[in-house]
Amino acid sequence: MKADPLLDLKSKLFLALLVAAAIVVPMANLVAAPGSDFYLPSFAVALFGKYLTYALLALSVDLIWGYCGILSLGHGAFFALGGYAMGMHLMREIGPRGVYGDPVLPDFMVFLDWKELPWFWWGFDQFWFACLMVLLVPGGLAFVFGWLAFRSRVTGVYLSIITQAMTYALMLAFFRNDMGFGGNNGLTDFRDVLGFDLRSDATRAGLFVASAAALGLGYLLARRVTTSRAGKVLVSVRDAEARARFLGYRVEGYKLMVFTLSAMMAGVAGALYVPQVGIINPGEFSPANSIEIVIWVAVGGRGLLLGAVLGAILVNGAKTLLTGWVPEIWIFVLGLIFVLVTLFLPKGVLGAFGTLSWRSGGARRGASAQPAE
Amino acid sequence: MLLRFLLAAATIAVFIAAGSLLPARAASLETLLAELPEGGYDERAAVVTAIAGTGDDRAVALLEALAEGDLRQMKDGGQIVRVVREGRTHTAFDPLTGAEIGEISSRAASKIRVNNKLRRAIAAALGQLTLASPDRARRLAAAASVLKTGDPEQIEALDAALETETDPEVRTAFMDARAAAVLNAARPTAEKVAAIAQLAGRNDPQVLSIITAATTSDEPAVAAAAADALDRIEQARAAWGAVQNVWYGLSLGSVLMLAAIGLAISFGVMGVINMAHGELVMLGAYTTFAVQELIRSFAPGLFEVSLLIAAPLAFLVAGAVGVGIERGVCRYLHGRPLETLLATWGISLILQQTVRSIFGPTNQQVGNPDWMSGAFEIGQLTITWNRLWILLFALAVFALLLLILKRTPAGLQMRAVTQNRRMAEAMGIRSGWVDALTFGLGAGIAGLAGVALSQIDNVSPNLGQSYIVDSFMVVVFGGVGNLWGAFAGAFTLGIVNKFLEPYAGAVLAKVLVLVFIILFIQRRPRGLFALKGRAVES
Repeated sequence: MKADPLLDLKSKLFLALLVAAAIVVPMANLVAAPGSDFYLPSFAVALFGKYLTYALLALSVDLIWGYCGILSLGHGAFFALGGYAMGMHLMREIGPRGVYGDPVLPDFMVFLDWKELPWFWWGFDQFWFACLMVLLVPGGLAFVFGWLAFRSRVTGVYLSIITQAMTYALMLAFFRNDMGFGGNNGLTDFRDVLGFDLRSDATRAGLFVASAAALGLGYLLARRVTTSRAGKVLVSVRDAEARARFLGYRVEGYKLMVFTLSAMMAGVAGALYVPQVGIINPGEFSPANSIEIVIWVAVGGRGLLLGAVLGAILVNGAKTLLTGWVPEIWIFVLGLIFVLVTLFLPKGVLGAFGTLSWRSGGARRGASAQPAE
Repeated sequence: MLLRFLLAAATIAVFIAAGSLLPARAASLETLLAELPEGGYDERAAVVTAIAGTGDDRAVALLEALAEGDLRQMKDGGQIVRVVREGRTHTAFDPLTGAEIGEISSRAASKIRVNNKLRRAIAAALGQLTLASPDRARRLAAAASVLKTGDPEQIEALDAALETETDPEVRTAFMDARAAAVLNAARPTAEKVAAIAQLAGRNDPQVLSIITAATTSDEPAVAAAAADALDRIEQARAAWGAVQNVWYGLSLGSVLMLAAIGLAISFGVMGVINMAHGELVMLGAYTTFAVQELIRSFAPGLFEVSLLIAAPLAFLVAGAVGVGIERGVCRYLHGRPLETLLATWGISLILQQTVRSIFGPTNQQVGNPDWMSGAFEIGQLTITWNRLWILLFALAVFALLLLILKRTPAGLQMRAVTQNRRMAEAMGIRSGWVDALTFGLGAGIAGLAGVALSQIDNVSPNLGQSYIVDSFMVVVFGGVGNLWGAFAGAFTLGIVNKFLEPYAGAVLAKVLVLVFIILFIQRRPRGLFALKGRAVES
């Protein structure tokens, strides 16, 4: 297996599991009879689909934090921007079926007494355009932000704080009605995507499969980056930025590349998230959300791509279960996870049970791949 | 008419000169009341003037009732009553004493009619009565009402009142009221121009509207004078608006500084961001709340000094929690600032949820002691006492902290560790001890910030969250480990924010400030007052 650095045993196991999930989950919902032991209710399909988009988001954070040492506390912003881009398309697809029946303007614009569509909404009636924007808007913002920040060598805690300021500023901006993104309420009441009814089981299953596919592709892409030569440079930047620079590498360029790529992955995750939960609002930009993403990565294992996936699913699964049982206790548990993981599990769940060494970075050998549910 | 006015003025003069002649007055008011329904409108106007002349306190209510058309005369007996209608029931009251007489049928009494001429007489009489009232507040209120209506009928009454008035504030109020009345009267142009000059000295929206109305006057001289005065007033307002913005900015800056300064020193010494800092502020605010609750139940007399008791307690509570965080968590994460950031975020969640479980998620009422409430005015600038005290408090805390850092051995050690940790250790400084002390001190100051914030903001478990991003911005903007950086950062951001607000709105102003900081960091990645030397690269 060592011959192929891109697809090691762990990766193959993970991808096989992902394919299995992409087949079993929709089948359990669509084919199994309701009431039978194998039946999976529709809400669970949407829930698992949501987890998969979170896993993709965690993967994008792991790519920059785990492999390049950039702790972004604003990655939720890229996720939300991707989500808004998709949400805008879904709003346009509602067409004249909205409450006010305006064929062009979304309901909230009619409500605000706007007469015509703002220029930044143009083109979103086309699915391909929205998909392009899902990549370009987060990617573009990350490129500009990263170009400014990395060029001036803003690093470490400073970078974390200004990424947090970025998402905070976006949150405040999106809360304003004048921005033209639905203000406080965000975008919701979606009907269908590409002509498929969003409330139907088949569409949900389709979105689940799409999320699984996106996660698989995102994983392969991240794997491709981290096992390449550039991936080695990224790790060296993480461990000793000044040294990498003195060796002649253009550190800024590598950082900018991986930061932009990561933002685009987050954008895709957001775009898949929105049709499955049915709403996107400015709350997604809140700094607290972005920090939570980081803890998913930390729980699973920073610098291990599978760790990020595992962490996202573990933490969100725990969140769903605990907020269902005892809502008050979840925040305590989340807080404790932050403290205990940083203190006692610096390599995360996956790292703690693997035999790999933290410093080596790059290709991981012999880690016991915890199957992701 | 003029004769009657003279008569009235003479009557007032007689009564003021005569001092208290209570029984005589009372008698005359009652007889005058009985004369009210009789005769033509002219004669009744004379009666109204005479009623005003009595100077009796009860006359005001009587005349007001008359003007409203509430006075009626009973058909049998001729008694005069004030009738209050509520739906279909008519209740009669004694017009002088206000005592209830009872329900009457609507036909049992006939209305005492008033026409416009009589109404004017009543208004003038009311003006005289209140302008000559021995109660200062009432005289001021009367002047304000004339200013509002600009009733030219009141000029004589005001002139009469001005002759005897000695209180300077009331005199000014009378002069302003008279000027407003003159503008509406048929008076010589020169007098009107003088009136505008008189009014221009005063700055309130009402005067502004009076002068604005005068700019459309038929007399060119008056219109020009009004336009001129309007310009001057606008300029003065703009200037005062700027001063007001600076004051608001200073006030916001003082709050930001209190919240950020503790963060700045722990960031400087240890290179870590304490994400739980906002929650330490919140603990300080809740300490204040708890102290006030205890005082309310056990020693209500101490309420005025509750903040003085709460401040040291808040310092201790937050400081102890801070030392606990440092010894329990941060110590083990030394040299890993990003992990520290995550761990302290976890602590912030736990602290928030703990407070939420104990005190509930809703806002708690923290009272202002008397010396913290109210406001005073300088020119057109309103300064509330609590904001002023918080500014002074913030400055005092800053000065004290500066003193600790510059004049005490502990401060010397902190500065040494800030500049070069390993060198300081080599010189025999116990850096672990310094870390705990710094963290505790920073946390304690956060507690003090909480006491201050409890006076101007809602005390809720989310209190800290709303300030944390702003305090980070202050620290990042000002530069780490530098008190003056935090000082300059806080006040700059506060003032810039408040100057942007009128143009961009509160939210957009904040967004602009954040964007500005993000761009600023590109130029100066280590803040306004960056540390120089080897510490920079470590």
